[in-house]
Amino acid sequence: MTDLSYSDELICKILTETQTIAMVGASPKWERPSNFVLKYMLGKDYKVIPVNPGQVGKEILKQTVYGDLDSIPGKFDMVDIFRSSAAAGPIVDKAIELKDEKGIKIIWMQLGVQNDEAAAKAKAAGLTVIMDRCPKIEYGRLFNELGWCGVNTGVISSKRPATRR
Amino acid sequence: MSKEKTYGIETQAIHAGAHPDPVTGARNTPIYQTTSYVFENADHAADLFNLQTFGFIYSRITNPTVATLEERLATLEGGRAACCAGSGHAAQFLAFFTLLEPGDHFVASRNLYGGSLTQFGISFKRLGWNCTFVDPTDPNNFKEAITPKTKALFIEPLANPGGIVLDLEAISAVAKDASIPVIADNTMATPYLCKPFEWGIDLVTHSTTKFLAGHGTSMGGAVIESGKFDWNQNDKFPSMTTPDDAYHGLTFYETFGDFGFTMKARAVALRDFGPALSPTNAFNTITGIETLPIRMDRHVENAQKVAEFLINHKAVSWVSYAGLPDSPFHDLAKKYMPKGPGSVFTFGVKGGYEAGVKVVEGVNLFSHLANIGDTRSLIIHPASTTHRQLSEEQQIASGAGPDVLRLSVGLETADDLIRDLDEALNL
Repeated sequence: MTDLSYSDELICKILTETQTIAMVGASPKWERPSNFVLKYMLGKDYKVIPVNPGQVGKEILKQTVYGDLDSIPGKFDMVDIFRSSAAAGPIVDKAIELKDEKGIKIIWMQLGVQNDEAAAKAKAAGLTVIMDRCPKIEYGRLFNELGWCGVNTGVISSKRPATRR
Repeated sequence: MSKEKTYGIETQAIHAGAHPDPVTGARNTPIYQTTSYVFENADHAADLFNLQTFGFIYSRITNPTVATLEERLATLEGGRAACCAGSGHAAQFLAFFTLLEPGDHFVASRNLYGGSLTQFGISFKRLGWNCTFVDPTDPNNFKEAITPKTKALFIEPLANPGGIVLDLEAISAVAKDASIPVIADNTMATPYLCKPFEWGIDLVTHSTTKFLAGHGTSMGGAVIESGKFDWNQNDKFPSMTTPDDAYHGLTFYETFGDFGFTMKARAVALRDFGPALSPTNAFNTITGIETLPIRMDRHVENAQKVAEFLINHKAVSWVSYAGLPDSPFHDLAKKYMPKGPGSVFTFGVKGGYEAGVKVVEGVNLFSHLANIGDTRSLIIHPASTTHRQLSEEQQIASGAGPDVLRLSVGLETADDLIRDLDEALNL
């Protein structure tokens, strides 16, 4: 069983240093979880590039949609995968291939998405891998917003919290 | 979860959920006595109404002081998230409204707070929610009462009015076999004495009015989810797993994962029925919880002394306290609540109904009232008060027969409490 525990320090570092996210599986439908995360992360001043072969050339939340990671112009730090665990495999292979060209440092698989084989390959290629987590929930948890809806953040501190990235 | 430091329950009781105010540095949790919150712009407002971002709209749904209490309760129980309500009864309503459709069924222990027996057996029936009550001391009774329409089991691990401790692991196993959740009302034990989630329970409810607040000043309730129940394992819980008309087709479990139940309870049941907890009562409860561990230790110590006194009194026919070695629930208490089986218990007086009434009217330090979990010691005669709506047969079945007196032993000097009871019993 792969260890899916990540330190708050690691998640915090990723969410602080990441500027640009390629979101594979971003949906144009507002009520879909991927659309929620896309909108939330845009609101936190990340650049988020939607990737969805069915929506190429269209816009989701005013962001141009690309069909795959190759076609995205410019660099991106993180690949956020909103696809099934099995579908994550080829996406990670592509990210490893493009890592130097595109400056990819992080592979992030959403809640419920776990592909141990892909994760091992990505780690061997020098990428940081997070699985079965949501960046929106983790951002809210570590930057003092998640507790607003009664969620146990696990954060105990006598310091004044930072409210924004 | 994360590879983070863990903290003891005494630390959690003081710190969980309560960060210093980011703007002013205020160390204690402010009472946010406000109904509503200014939006940053129209888009931010839309995001909040669509549940796309975290934040505050209206204190019927969320409030910063209430949220502090919610996170603290979720932490103390070792759960994922909590939603508070104006009372324990309201919290139970939120839990069942989120679980049940009209025509659905649940199985409840017959040893519950009398108000819960009435809520489940009579008032819920008018909403199309059917409840079967069973003797909870044999876990097999739950199994036999489960039908294809059954969506949950409901128990009190340490049962009101007193003395009974249930086999949480065995009852959880029955629910797991049926792929339904168990709800445990942990009001009597509190998370300091008993941690239901560690034994496979899926949802915990509280009347925070009692030991959690501790001072008998403030009503409140909560429902807490473990975050471990898989709502997708069958088609029994469409409210969690299918698109919700109340949110234009949002699916709560898919969108919010392991805190989806809490989000649904808040965004639909609390929003649409409105039993919100007041910020001032949340503040009073937060303050009370800070001393929960030391209070519960003393409650248990005093209860043990009073129970040992009563068992040897000539006017007393029996004492039902799981802290007594002869109690049939002594071993279960040692397993599930090793720090002690609470401070609410029952005893029987020789002479039945009349003798019971005489004692409640004869005490001078114990207060004759319908509450538990106060710093003050409390006494009640359930047959003439809290369990009055029940038939005599139901009263006896739920441990509230005519000769029964219930005590909630408080934090006064134990010898004073013993003298007070002795004087009333000898009248």
